Amino acid sequence: MTLTAMQESTGSRTALRLVDCDIHNALASDQALRKYLPARWRRHHELFGMRGHAGAYYPRANPHAARTDAWPPSGLPPGADLDFLRAQLLDYWHIDIGILNPLIGAGGVLNLEYGAALARAINDWQIAEWLEPEPRLRASIVVAYEDGDLAAAEIDRLGDDPRFVQVLVVARTAEPLGRRKYWKMYEAAVRHGLPIGMHFGGSGGAPITGAGWPSFYIEDHAGMPQSFQPQLTSMIVEGVFEHFPSLQFVLIEGGFAWLPSLMWRLDRAWKLLREEAPHLRRLPSEYIREHVWITTQPMEEPPRPRQFAELLAQLGMNDRLMFATDYPHWDFDAPDEAIPSWLEPELRQRIFAENARTLYRL
Amino acid sequence: MPRYVVATVEEIPPGQRKIVEVSGISLGIFNVGGEFFALRNRCPHQGGPLCQGRLAGILQAREPGEYIYSRPGEILRCPWHGWEFDIRTGQSWFDPRRVRTRRYPVQIEPGAALLAAADAPPDPEAPAPGLQKGPYVAETYPVSLDRQYVVVELPAAG
Repeated sequence: MTLTAMQESTGSRTALRLVDCDIHNALASDQALRKYLPARWRRHHELFGMRGHAGAYYPRANPHAARTDAWPPSGLPPGADLDFLRAQLLDYWHIDIGILNPLIGAGGVLNLEYGAALARAINDWQIAEWLEPEPRLRASIVVAYEDGDLAAAEIDRLGDDPRFVQVLVVARTAEPLGRRKYWKMYEAAVRHGLPIGMHFGGSGGAPITGAGWPSFYIEDHAGMPQSFQPQLTSMIVEGVFEHFPSLQFVLIEGGFAWLPSLMWRLDRAWKLLREEAPHLRRLPSEYIREHVWITTQPMEEPPRPRQFAELLAQLGMNDRLMFATDYPHWDFDAPDEAIPSWLEPELRQRIFAENARTLYRL
Repeated sequence: MPRYVVATVEEIPPGQRKIVEVSGISLGIFNVGGEFFALRNRCPHQGGPLCQGRLAGILQAREPGEYIYSRPGEILRCPWHGWEFDIRTGQSWFDPRRVRTRRYPVQIEPGAALLAAADAPPDPEAPAPGLQKGPYVAETYPVSLDRQYVVVELPAAG
């Protein structure tokens, strides 16, 4: 490849290859899934609609939680117009590959069969309207994660399509994700070599903080690690990674500055309480460093650069950090600004693309 | 300091703005109740297009439960993360000493004065008039004698 061609294909804004691990494609309207639903569920969709646990959604500062400049000229909602997404995200930043994580709520629907039908419809909508027309895109498989069999069936339906690169769950589920009710989903993911990606948000029925229901969105936004921590802890302590030694687990949009202290606490507790969970044969931090991957957005922004370097050293997961923008959401991270420019170029390239290429086999 | 003609006064009514590119720098020119301000169209946080953001006021409280809304139209919120900047100073609201976006002086000048300055023969004794018709404006807005223009001062390049 000539230097010029290399520059063109690898992004003039970062001069690096770029994989965006968290893009949110949205429905153009509530009618957009109609043609992907079978008649029985289309009728249910129209007559009754979706019902999940209420109360977890706190009004955002911006409508659709979107950058205010992300509303397409077509009048569609942010993230719903592929042409605009191409122009404002993929082309503008020279993104080589982008991974779609639609947050439409199918997995949180209380009617599990309806949720599974919605998940299938969303995945077929992704194929027809996103993956077919845009070869730079990949997608997560949306599943009815509260039912292991239904989730596994959808993973088996799509798991061999290389355009689907992970299974999507959310950080707030009805039970901690290590519990056995979710294991058939993990078994199916392992069967197809797919990681489980756990994204910010969701609504599992419990208050969104350990102290109950807060008053403000800022408490929801900044407090999300308190859902990520027990989920990850549950995955480890329940023995999921012992039972599924090849399973990989991605923390999407949950931050990571909290992770070193969680590893310290878990390791210390394991030494004291190991007999309570004798199926754990190793330090919890070892499972984390072998099974967990992290997307960077929203980027940790300590006041001094040195503190970020210390964080990376404490984390010890430079080969598992993966860049994400969260486009079109209001807390978007810009590729050329979010990742500190003073990091070693080799590490920047790993964060921007190579780690994701390894995990997702891109 | 080079000065650039960036718009006619009528082109930016009160509450409105215009994004212009001058000397390779993207600027937002704002009319706030008849006063004109120019800010750099780049947020110091992550480089977002700051001047495309919403103009609002500032909401304050001296104690929980109290809401004081003031200065409507004078606080610019970045379209990406909502960082707030005072349009009069370019200072951020949350950390005015350390975080700010660049603000440029703006004047309103009659076309006659601009033409006189641009056409004046260079006088080695006098300070340079400094007026430069910005490339954008030269194409779009021939400066005429009887109109009012928005003029921005930028530091000399290099």
